[in-house]
Amino acid sequence: TVLVVPVEKKLMDVKIKDLPNWILTQDFTPKGTIRAFQRGYYQYDNKYVNINKGSTLGVSMVLEADVLFNYCVSYKELKHEQLRKNH
Amino acid sequence: MNENLFASFMIPVMLGVPITTLIIMFPTMLFPTPNRLINNRMIAIQQWLTKLTSKQLMITHSPKGQAWSLMLISLFLFIASTNLLGMLPHSFTPTTQLSMNLGMAIPLWAGTVFIGFRNKTKMSLAHLLPLGTPTFLIPMLVMIETTSLFIQPLALAVRLTANITAGHLLLHLIGSATLALMNISLFTALITFIILTLLIILEFAVALIQAYVFTLLVSLYLQDNT
Repeated sequence: TVLVVPVEKKLMDVKIKDLPNWILTQDFTPKGTIRAFQRGYYQYDNKYVNINKGSTLGVSMVLEADVLFNYCVSYKELKHEQLRKNH
Repeated sequence: MNENLFASFMIPVMLGVPITTLIIMFPTMLFPTPNRLINNRMIAIQQWLTKLTSKQLMITHSPKGQAWSLMLISLFLFIASTNLLGMLPHSFTPTTQLSMNLGMAIPLWAGTVFIGFRNKTKMSLAHLLPLGTPTFLIPMLVMIETTSLFIQPLALAVRLTANITAGHLLLHLIGSATLALMNISLFTALITFIILTLLIILEFAVALIQAYVFTLLVSLYLQDNT
């Protein structure tokens, strides 16, 4: 007999029609969520911030994403200030 | 226009859920932990700034007061980073909410007072009366000093709230004035724009200064009571 061990697939390797099944295999415990956030944080950190000749680019990308995020959140109130009604 | 002015101070809500906690936790992502002896440039700059501020703030304290240095430096970093992030367009600054500033000021001030009361009871009670007052003024002066003691946390919180809120409001107002004036008279709009630029520079300074003042005053109350 052969024992089959389920392999944890990364997101890039999952095919689209398998996506709901893949989401169900993910770890939704608090510890698993924290680990996922840490993975994501350190992936970004090591790729863009923790580099040899670092510049402000890594941090300013995060800040610009923050601006966009806050714009999306406050879009409803900002809609009243449009200069023209139909763009 | 009135509703638009104060719209940026309302709690941001995404799909019906207030996301204030996420926004308060966001500045922590910008301060990575240094893992090695020599780190990348961002962490090196942050370490240098932290050393500078901690020396400046804590050098006048006794060893008992210096036990508070972690608390005070993290307080300073939190207020400074939150205020500076509030300068980004469309962002929400948690320090504009009086509730949060009261939540920061009252426990810290109460901590310093209770430490003083517990360890040096006579000394902290003696602070209530300045040296060399004429005898017949003593009762009134004790009441005045007690009032000034209890107003300290309120003053800390309201100072921070009022400064940041007023700065943001002023920027909004002058910005919309510039936009409105562009159709009427271009020259006045240009002057207003220059005022706006100067105000922005002032706002950046105020963001840092307010953080410093808050922390400095808490450390002063600590010095009195250690």
